[in-house]
Amino acid sequence: MPLVKSGKITTDIFAHVADDAAIPGDGAILISAARFLEDAEALSRRVGRTGVIWPNNRDVDDLVPYLERLAVVALLFPTFRDGRAYSQARLLRERHGYRGELRATGQVLRDQFVFMLRAGFDAFEVKKESDAEAFAATVKRYSVFYQPTGDGRVTALHRRMQLRHSESAGQ
Amino acid sequence: MYAYDELDRTIINERVSEFRDQVKRRLSGELTEDEFKMLRLQNGVYLQLHAYMFRVAIPYGTLSSKQLRALAHVARRYDRGYGHFTTRQNIQFNWIKLAELPDALADLAEVGIHAMQTSGNNTRNVTSDQWAGVAPGEVEDPRIWSELLRQYTTLHPEFSFLPRKFKFAITASDHDRAAIKVHDIGLRLYKNEAGETGFEVLVGGGLGRTPFIGKTIKPFVHGHDLLSYVEAILRVYNQYGRRDNIYKARIKILVHELGIEKFAQEVEEEWLQMRDSALTIDDAVIEDIRSRFTYPAYEKLPHMPDELKKAAHDPHFEAWRKNSVALHKVPGYAIVTLSLKPVGGPPGDATADQMDAIADLADKYSFGEIRVGHEQNLALPHVARRDLPALWKALDKIGVATPNVNLVSDIIACPGLDYCSLANARSIPIAQELTRRFANHDTANMIGRLHINISGCINACGHHHVGHIGILGVEKNGEEFYQITIGGRADEKAEVGTLIGPAVPYGEVADVVEDIVEAYLALRARPDELFIDTVKRLGVEPFRERVYATR
Repeated sequence: MPLVKSGKITTDIFAHVADDAAIPGDGAILISAARFLEDAEALSRRVGRTGVIWPNNRDVDDLVPYLERLAVVALLFPTFRDGRAYSQARLLRERHGYRGELRATGQVLRDQFVFMLRAGFDAFEVKKESDAEAFAATVKRYSVFYQPTGDGRVTALHRRMQLRHSESAGQ
Repeated sequence: MYAYDELDRTIINERVSEFRDQVKRRLSGELTEDEFKMLRLQNGVYLQLHAYMFRVAIPYGTLSSKQLRALAHVARRYDRGYGHFTTRQNIQFNWIKLAELPDALADLAEVGIHAMQTSGNNTRNVTSDQWAGVAPGEVEDPRIWSELLRQYTTLHPEFSFLPRKFKFAITASDHDRAAIKVHDIGLRLYKNEAGETGFEVLVGGGLGRTPFIGKTIKPFVHGHDLLSYVEAILRVYNQYGRRDNIYKARIKILVHELGIEKFAQEVEEEWLQMRDSALTIDDAVIEDIRSRFTYPAYEKLPHMPDELKKAAHDPHFEAWRKNSVALHKVPGYAIVTLSLKPVGGPPGDATADQMDAIADLADKYSFGEIRVGHEQNLALPHVARRDLPALWKALDKIGVATPNVNLVSDIIACPGLDYCSLANARSIPIAQELTRRFANHDTANMIGRLHINISGCINACGHHHVGHIGILGVEKNGEEFYQITIGGRADEKAEVGTLIGPAVPYGEVADVVEDIVEAYLALRARPDELFIDTVKRLGVEPFRERVYATR
């Protein structure tokens, strides 16, 4: 599955480590939430970079104490129709100030890219090669946004206010 | 009217090109039907029994004449020359071809109409009182807030894949014409003691398989906080609403399972963390939206002009005026309801020619504005009273002056088995037969206000639970049967109706309804006691006895 980061297809340096496999001392790894929570203190302090795949039916609050030490949080879309991870993403970014990689994983399709970006995702394990290739073009589909989110894009409501001010300033 | 600006237009146009690309990928096989399904639903496209059905949003029920002409154009060019107005201020076209849909959407986009989120598990068209801005006694125009919500809910990055569909309705009048108590979120606008505008927020109302009347989650939310409070509700629902069973996925089930107190507490906790955020709507923003609603330049006109006095001698005109004309907040003007319920016709349908003619009449008599109500009728909201006789003649000529508004033949019905792949039974022919049975205007008038609502299946698109008489089509051993309830209502005193007896076959429905009406006429305390009040006073039992005595 291609990984898109910073708008480009890139190599995933994080090794997915299965729950029954040994965890290497160094190197970047991605492990399940269950595995991580078994020994979160130690795992979040290991030498290599650590990322967690977090299920969409568990509060992200449990992850908050470790956020600063995590390199990746991967949120799950078991199907693209299940939108719980959008809320988790916004909470992590906007409420808990998470600045590491926020990865969308599962059934990640082209037509959700814009929503995901706006919710705070910056890495995408894209299901289809053709969708991954279309990433850069797809995220340019929209240039106007109605809702304020943590991505900082100016909303239509505020853009209108700015336009009004510049108009009156010009008069 | 709300005037779209460049930003609104850009979003719709971008949406049209996105959908064009999605349709192209579907037709080339790049997208599977499973992947495409949700995308087309989010653009209002259903696959029905015979063809694709296309549902277009009419936000808060307000249309300009130009927009109505565009709908007529779509009916003519891409469909079979007619459209069907729904109970949620949408219009549906039943015979659209998939390959032509992007063009239809592009044509509508030119006049600022879209089909975004008219289906799918997302926030649907925000509906409101069809008399918004013109009803006497209204607190303020709820469409300002409806428009704020329309923008807020359109393409929301967090809430486009909710557990299930999600509907908002707003009213700002004591008499609720927007059915806010049967919506996922119902908003009643009022001013608090300090004179500040805010909302009583109701949550968890809805019909369908498990009907619930909405409960008050917060008695007053300040207008400034409307969006942050709504976001808190949606966020709690998005995370905790059930996704394991489609029939238990609406917010009403979550509210019911948690209890309103617990649910309210969850929302409150969420809200307190975000109420002071970019979602706070400051006065300047509200004023900016308000400034883009234009209101007619009303003249100072007499309440009783000569034209009206003269026409009063015509009993047909008088019957129509008394039935279909309502008081306007500005003296000398009236709100005129156009009945889309002709005798023998399918409720809520209008032909392209009718739509064009109504658009012309709106230009001539109603400052170019038309409204769509959840009862599946249209309204001209700003008619000078002196123009009523001329307008009546013109409306009568195109078949939309049947004086049956709010009467027994003003029936709400879903498309039913004639079109819909979900239906168990037909709705339209039942409605048509009932309009023939009650075609006599004097009889209907003597019966008084009586709402019959018909749904062809348990999904309740015809709002049968809240009909004074509700008719629900079910399937029994391969045959169409109908369960009949009485005592439901959708207004500020909303209630779910009670079953009156065993289901009856298709052929007997009209007889049973006639018997219910007979029973009411015999049971009512006074001629002006409405059907719904008689049922309230006596309960279902005396009706059951009379109607089922010989069955």
